[in-house]
Amino acid sequence: MTRLTAWFSEGRSTGKHTLPFVVILLSVTILASAANLLLPADSMFYVSTYTITLLGKYLCYAMLALAVDIIWGYCGILSLGHGAFFALGGYAMGMYLMRQIGDRGVYGNPLLPDFMVFLDWKELPWFWLGMDQFWFAMLMAVFVPGLLAFVFGWLAFRSRVTGVYLSIMTQALTYALLLAFFRNEMGFGGNNGLTDFKEILGFSLQADSTRVALFLITAILLAVIFVISQKILASRLGKVVLAIRDSESRSRFIGYRTDRYKVWLFVYSAVIAGIAGALYVPQVGIINPGEFSPINSIEMVIWVAVGGRGTLIGAVIGALLVNYAKTRFTAIMPDAWLFALGAMFVLVTLYLPKGLMGLYGQLKAKRNSVTKKESQA
Amino acid sequence: MNDMVPVLVEIEATSEEAVLPIFQYLVEGSLHYIKTSKQLVAQVEVSGVTRYKDLLTGQVVADLSKSDVDKIRVNNTLRVYLRNAIARIQLSAKSPSVRESAVRSLLSKLDQETVATLESLYPNETNKKVKEAMALALAMNTAAQTTLAPSNRIAAIEKMSTSLESDVRNLLTQLTRDDNPAVVSAANDALETIAQRVNRFAFVDQLFFGLSLGSVLLLASIGLAITFGVMGVINMAHGEMIMLGAYTTYVVQLIMPNYIDYSIWVAIPAAFLVSGLMGVLIERLVICRLHGRPLETLLATFGISLILQQLVRTIFSPLNRQVSTPSWMSGSWEINPVLSLTLNRLYILAFALLVFIVLVVVLKKTSLGLNVRAVSQNRNMAKAMGVKTHWVDAMTFGLGSGIAGIAGVALSQLTNVGPNLGQSYIIDSFMVVVFGGVGNLLGTLVAAFTLGIATKFLEPTTGAVLAAILVLVFIILFIQKRPKGLFPQKGRAAE
Repeated sequence: MTRLTAWFSEGRSTGKHTLPFVVILLSVTILASAANLLLPADSMFYVSTYTITLLGKYLCYAMLALAVDIIWGYCGILSLGHGAFFALGGYAMGMYLMRQIGDRGVYGNPLLPDFMVFLDWKELPWFWLGMDQFWFAMLMAVFVPGLLAFVFGWLAFRSRVTGVYLSIMTQALTYALLLAFFRNEMGFGGNNGLTDFKEILGFSLQADSTRVALFLITAILLAVIFVISQKILASRLGKVVLAIRDSESRSRFIGYRTDRYKVWLFVYSAVIAGIAGALYVPQVGIINPGEFSPINSIEMVIWVAVGGRGTLIGAVIGALLVNYAKTRFTAIMPDAWLFALGAMFVLVTLYLPKGLMGLYGQLKAKRNSVTKKESQA
Repeated sequence: MNDMVPVLVEIEATSEEAVLPIFQYLVEGSLHYIKTSKQLVAQVEVSGVTRYKDLLTGQVVADLSKSDVDKIRVNNTLRVYLRNAIARIQLSAKSPSVRESAVRSLLSKLDQETVATLESLYPNETNKKVKEAMALALAMNTAAQTTLAPSNRIAAIEKMSTSLESDVRNLLTQLTRDDNPAVVSAANDALETIAQRVNRFAFVDQLFFGLSLGSVLLLASIGLAITFGVMGVINMAHGEMIMLGAYTTYVVQLIMPNYIDYSIWVAIPAAFLVSGLMGVLIERLVICRLHGRPLETLLATFGISLILQQLVRTIFSPLNRQVSTPSWMSGSWEINPVLSLTLNRLYILAFALLVFIVLVVVLKKTSLGLNVRAVSQNRNMAKAMGVKTHWVDAMTFGLGSGIAGIAGVALSQLTNVGPNLGQSYIIDSFMVVVFGGVGNLLGTLVAAFTLGIATKFLEPTTGAVLAAILVLVFIILFIQKRPKGLFPQKGRAAE
């Protein structure tokens, strides 16, 4: 433990928000989990399993926001297609969970998932092979989004596609995948996607303990990724990334291969999105092509914009706040949510270019300058 | 009942076109007679009420209820006879087009009587098209007669090979199973010739659908191309401008329900104004404050698009709205039996080209156009020369949005009008702009038609979804080679 705190406090490289963030995140999740498992259901402090799952979902979104922030906030690449990486990770997990159903499906086929029996398929397509192994499915959950990001990024960054052009291309990418996954012939359940999951690694997905465990794992992974990302961005590589954001051509003229930095950062971001997707699916119990829809990807961007891009903590706070607002809004007045979301896009870009974190910084700066003036007087 | 046939044959022989209505009412089963007077009447619907019409005068007989009349029943044999008789009567009709369609309708049911009628009418026929059709019918008859000399039949088959009628193809397919090998090979050759021609027309048909899709893409993307070219920002609410135009058409039709045929002429300027003013409003309130931050502009306009969609959902309901097509735009232009072009698509194609030409003229010949081009080439220099760039920005945005509104009018004639109308075209429009090159109208034109035609030619082999995916992948690869599109703007920027 002491070594851990020493690691955190070593230099300023980890950022001043990291330690409080990790501590708050982990203590809240542990307290909530304990309140769910240990307290009786009628206790005042009891946390329902529904809430646990909801919180777990928010944490997945927070991880996704982190992925978007790393490339948008730190490298100036506005991706409108991160939903694609998230969904691909989710599909990898979904395929594993689908294979775990085994012969407990409606058709009772030990090998084929229900939708394949329904489509009258005789054998498992090649890309489903091995997906019954947890380790292989998890490898795919990070490998496939990473590979896609690498191919796309390599093509796009090498030919210097930047700015709005790149944003539009990423949107086209996720749109193309949306269309593709809607097709039944693709072998991913078409319109309905993958659902009716039973268990993960032998633990029932309906059980409270599994839910809590998934929630805890999500929180721990979020903390780990947060710390690693903070380290990466504070390193020399991170400095180059910032330089590319602020002036790409100047960085290139100085001699940095900006395209390579961008590609690898893009891949890293996509892998995080894939992990978030893989954690998301067992908690919500379904993955369908709707996750690829362009509007989902663009919503992620607004989480980051609200929280404050260019700060990892801002992305997490933005994702939690916006999604909490969404849950409340859609419960009370569903029609108003799109108005609120639309207004959020406009107002944040107009009046809060640095998000809530920027607002916090401004207020603090103001207070400091006021106290300074007072002390001078 | 079959004893009616001789009587009808007699009627057919004595009189001409005048008996046509009787025969037609009889086939439809609406011919009745009054029980007391045995007078023939036809059952007709007059504003939803069943009435009876005197056959000779055409007047509605007053005070006649269902119990006063009896229906004249017909059976299938009679119906077959009646249909052929109607066609035969029409053969001697005055209008050549009626005669021609009568001959064509007879092709599938040639019997001896009809052939006799055709043979008697053929030498006296003056209209070229009718004569050709008759010759075809007679040739089909000759070819089908197994008792005739093979040389005659083969000559007839050769004559048939110039036709595209499906009846001709059916007959030829039958003839390929004929006993005479010479006839069989002639029939096969004829089928081959016909198949080639049908393929050629199928190609034209596909091309037409491609051009039609291209014209829609052109209308949807050209406004986007202008705003992107001049201001360097992507307007994510562009699709919603299209949607507003479509809803304007709907509202105009609500206001003038009795003048649907003229509503389009009101809807086009109205849609231009509604969408254009909305565009100016968006530019003044939001976009001008985000100057020089294209990514933020993209996000803000996306927020606007969400608000506009939800606004329309709240005002008009989330369901699709039906927009009627003016009568002069419905129907199709039938060129031959295998090729017919729908009129609404044809008009929209012409309209898209017209809009394009008008836009080119506006940009090349007006002072607004001069300013727009100046700002798009070098904003700072234009500003230094005294061009009011703020004003140009607002006008450009208004113009681009107004054209999107016009696109909405056109789209309302092709698809359902709903809150998501704009969304379904926006990504394709972006692809057109990216493919064509920013700020280049000619590039947009070429890109729109290329993508439209490519999509329609891929669809039969790959299916619609895969075609869309392939086109997207192609564009992603294309901008590797040419990141600035087909026709890049020339400049000396380092980026």
